[in-house]
Amino acid sequence: MTTPTPELTQASRASGVAFIFKKALISAFVALVLFSLMIGIRTEAGPTGELIYWTRFDDLATMVAIVFGGSIVVELLRQWWGPIATVAIVPPSVQTAFGVARRAIPPLLLICTVLVPVIFYDQRYVIDTGIQVLTYVMLGWGLNVVVGLAGLLDLGYVAFYAVGAYSYALLSTNFGLTFWICLPLAGILAALWGVLLGFPVLRLRGDYLAIVTLAFGEIIRLVIINWQSLTGGPNGVSGIPRPSFFGIPLTPGDDGLAAKLGIEFSPTQRIVFLFYLILALALLTNWVTIRLRRLPIGRAWEALREDEVACRALGINTTTTKLTAFATGAMFGGFAGAFFATRQGFISPESFTFQESALVLAIVVLGGMGSQLGVALAALTLIGGFELFRGFDQYRMLVFGMAMVLLMIWRPRGLIGHRAPTVFLKHSQAISSELAREGRG
Amino acid sequence: MDYFAQQLINGIVLGSIYGLIAIGYTMVYGIVGMINFAHGDIFMIGGFIALITFLILVSIGLTAVPVILLIVLLVSMAITALYGWTVERIAYRPLRHSFRLAPMLSAIGMSFVLINYSQITQGARVKPVPPIITGGYSLFNSDGFVVRLSNVQIVVVIATIVLLAIFTWLVSRTRLGRDMRACEQDQTMAALLGVDVDRTISMTFLIGAALAAVAGMMYLLYYGLVDFFMGFVAGIKAFTAAVLGGIGSLPGAMLGGLLIGLIETMWSAYFSVEYKDVAAFSILIVVLIFLPTGLLGRPEVEKV
Repeated sequence: MTTPTPELTQASRASGVAFIFKKALISAFVALVLFSLMIGIRTEAGPTGELIYWTRFDDLATMVAIVFGGSIVVELLRQWWGPIATVAIVPPSVQTAFGVARRAIPPLLLICTVLVPVIFYDQRYVIDTGIQVLTYVMLGWGLNVVVGLAGLLDLGYVAFYAVGAYSYALLSTNFGLTFWICLPLAGILAALWGVLLGFPVLRLRGDYLAIVTLAFGEIIRLVIINWQSLTGGPNGVSGIPRPSFFGIPLTPGDDGLAAKLGIEFSPTQRIVFLFYLILALALLTNWVTIRLRRLPIGRAWEALREDEVACRALGINTTTTKLTAFATGAMFGGFAGAFFATRQGFISPESFTFQESALVLAIVVLGGMGSQLGVALAALTLIGGFELFRGFDQYRMLVFGMAMVLLMIWRPRGLIGHRAPTVFLKHSQAISSELAREGRG
Repeated sequence: MDYFAQQLINGIVLGSIYGLIAIGYTMVYGIVGMINFAHGDIFMIGGFIALITFLILVSIGLTAVPVILLIVLLVSMAITALYGWTVERIAYRPLRHSFRLAPMLSAIGMSFVLINYSQITQGARVKPVPPIITGGYSLFNSDGFVVRLSNVQIVVVIATIVLLAIFTWLVSRTRLGRDMRACEQDQTMAALLGVDVDRTISMTFLIGAALAAVAGMMYLLYYGLVDFFMGFVAGIKAFTAAVLGGIGSLPGAMLGGLLIGLIETMWSAYFSVEYKDVAAFSILIVVLIFLPTGLLGRPEVEKV
């Protein structure tokens, strides 16, 4: 490619300014029409029950101005970044550097995580947030089996989380079973539901599968809401027993763990215990997933993700492959659900909405679909971000939705991790997301 | 029997609304091959725009109901269509050649944006409006049970039929309709033959959103309320309708809409109101398993 002559650049820049300005004007006009009624007018049910409205033209003007300015900035950025050719194949030196970092990050991250309760022992808020993040890490890793490895888009993952939570809650409150008996039961029940869902949807692919799993998740939630005699309906289940340290309760009494160890009791001990519990559960999920990836079944999952037709042609039984993926993912969801129930002590259908499914899915997608480290970092980013901006709770889903759209446009293969098949012909080669997007990865 | 007749009327009215939304899903799926997850929320936006326009018109002293309805219809169709266009332009067009799941995930994000946007701008509370079209007819009366056909129901059904007629004419007789059908069959070939594919897809979203706006307005007239979350469930049901009728098929969408409306109404009337959504979602699953091409759809050939 020849470099353009200076005069040409001048001319194109002049026309570029006009172009940018025109584009910004059009954007502003579109924004004006879009926002005119929704932002310009505010409706509310008045004191007598009838609807009243008032105008907010100043807000409208601000928004239109923001769109105008934003459009100019975006267009300038695009012109500035645009022509740079992307490096398609990552150079070997960078690859090795990445490789070292990739090997070094997980142990470092793990050590930091283990130390969190030690360092922040006095700050319950930090540990609570840590538990929250780890719960989502675990959910993300569980869903990663279904979405990241097997490539089945599951929009109803929260259903298995709910099954796990309600299994523990109902078994413990009705039959007095302890957490450690219920935990495997919750996992098994959730896995059964996973198979139950898996059977009918085996023939579906892609979008259809997504919608059916979404419907399934909603059905579970609606049944929980309406089956009041069993689940307590919208009021939920309360008084769920707290977990014990393998039979020894974490209470201030004489038979409590603190008394047995001869140390002073403090409520923080339970929080710390919960922290290590979820950490252990999450690590179990990770370990099982990594081991499964090396087994024929894991290979089959990845093959299924890459090409289902080729998979069938090679004699892989897609039925069992899909079902095991669903069951495994669901089982981890069930574990996480049981943990959620014991941590909260109270559960209600409100915790298991579609937004929750979408959040976990976003974690998997942001993490790069299939990368364990990526999912963990994505959960940390998203849940930590939500905690940081707690004051702006109102705008949470707006920002979340926008982030999802922008992510799909700019980095459809995830921000952090990358999707690498674990089996390769001659040598492993890291491929940048640009190529992966074109289907070459 | 009378009870059944009444439910039949209610079901057809509800089905008309679902059918109008379902057309948007089916058109987009036919041409772009993606589920426009945000379409249900476009319907919700249409309801809000209709509500606000109605409020303004009433407060400036307009009293002629037909005039009000016509203006509300046109304004909400125009603005909501622009919403549909913007959503396509921002969230779907850049992803046209991306990997398979990208448009779906982007659509979910867009759905959250629209829901939260109307929650922030218009508040979370349900917005009730007084009945705009009042009155009706008592069709027949037996054993003290009066089968009623209200004027609102007549308006909804007539508006649906008129719009469907216009829409069918648009797709089968005009240049735009021909372009749309060409893009549906083969985008590359259509582009080679001089069809502006981008423009055609944009128009598809415009028309789909306009029909969703009509559905939103009908919903407002019929139920007398809108809220920011109504698009989610209505959207899934309309999608079910599109699948039931055979996705990609326009008469199928309307047929599916009517069936879903009838099934939901009958289920509420004879079984339980609480489980009506469960019934609708179960139909979706059952249809996709046993009748994946729907009632009027064409089988999809799997290509390597």
